[in-house]
Amino acid sequence: MDTILYILKEPWPWYVSGPLVGLIVPILLLSSNKQFGVSSVFRHVCTATKLSKKSYFQYDLKKEYWSLLFVLGIVIAGVFAFHLIEVLPGELSKDAQVYYQSKNIEFTGYFPIGLYRWDTLFSVFGLVLAAGGVFIGFGTRYANGCTSGHAITGLSLLSLGSLIAVIGFFIGGLIGTFLILDNIL
Amino acid sequence: MKQLKFILFGSFFGFVLIKSEAVSWYRIVEMFHFQSFHMFGVIGSAVAVGAISVLIIKQLNTTTFKNKPINLDKKPLMVTSNLLGGIIFGLGWSIVGACPAPLFIHFGAGNYIILIPIIFALIGTFVYGSIKDKLPH
Repeated sequence: MDTILYILKEPWPWYVSGPLVGLIVPILLLSSNKQFGVSSVFRHVCTATKLSKKSYFQYDLKKEYWSLLFVLGIVIAGVFAFHLIEVLPGELSKDAQVYYQSKNIEFTGYFPIGLYRWDTLFSVFGLVLAAGGVFIGFGTRYANGCTSGHAITGLSLLSLGSLIAVIGFFIGGLIGTFLILDNIL
Repeated sequence: MKQLKFILFGSFFGFVLIKSEAVSWYRIVEMFHFQSFHMFGVIGSAVAVGAISVLIIKQLNTTTFKNKPINLDKKPLMVTSNLLGGIIFGLGWSIVGACPAPLFIHFGAGNYIILIPIIFALIGTFVYGSIKDKLPH
């Protein structure tokens, strides 16, 4: 039992965790004939509120319950991993450590709690979280998928549209990192 | 009741995603700075396993466990919206330091400030649905 707990807690190399992440594609295809994606739940939640009369938000939600349950599972994984197992992150690269040190950011855990906290919400970081959220919601619907739907599922299906979307993710990511994040951290 | 398996699948996916550290703000910022191979290794090997699985399913003409044909249709190719939407999403991913699945993981982990990007992502989705017809696709 202690060994299992130890394995679950300690960091895993990418060549163990990455393939396991990829396994979700055949699991969902073989068990339920589903192609998975996470960002579509934002649309389903908007649809469920019935606040919009637009045709984009008019469809049968019953067929989409599975993805809401899937996301519920993702939340449960967060509770399990962080509250019960108390997972430990692996060591960052030296370059990254030097970068965070130069920005005075403590790099323990998974999330910079020194930066993203409620009392800095009405500062530039709060704005970043809000604007970033809008970009995530708007961009994933416009691109018709996020990292799970396009990068994992889409590329697994050798979809050209997904490849273009993933190239877009990285163009946007580099703009956000080098033009925005580097200047505000 | 039959749908409850999706909670299990979501938990599996969420947990291995946590172990891959794709939920780590530091890893995402590190990746976009090209300071480590880690995240590229995760994404690359995940896609490799997914693609090989799809290839096997195709080759063997496999059905689901209930003998139903498997839908391997690709999402429609829409160059303009795939690219522009992708860029906008990538911008959000990098500055928040989390893509959609990790947003929900952070909520489970108790980082409730993540509700801010989640709520604003819903607003962004709402805006998209409202102006969709005016956008180039």
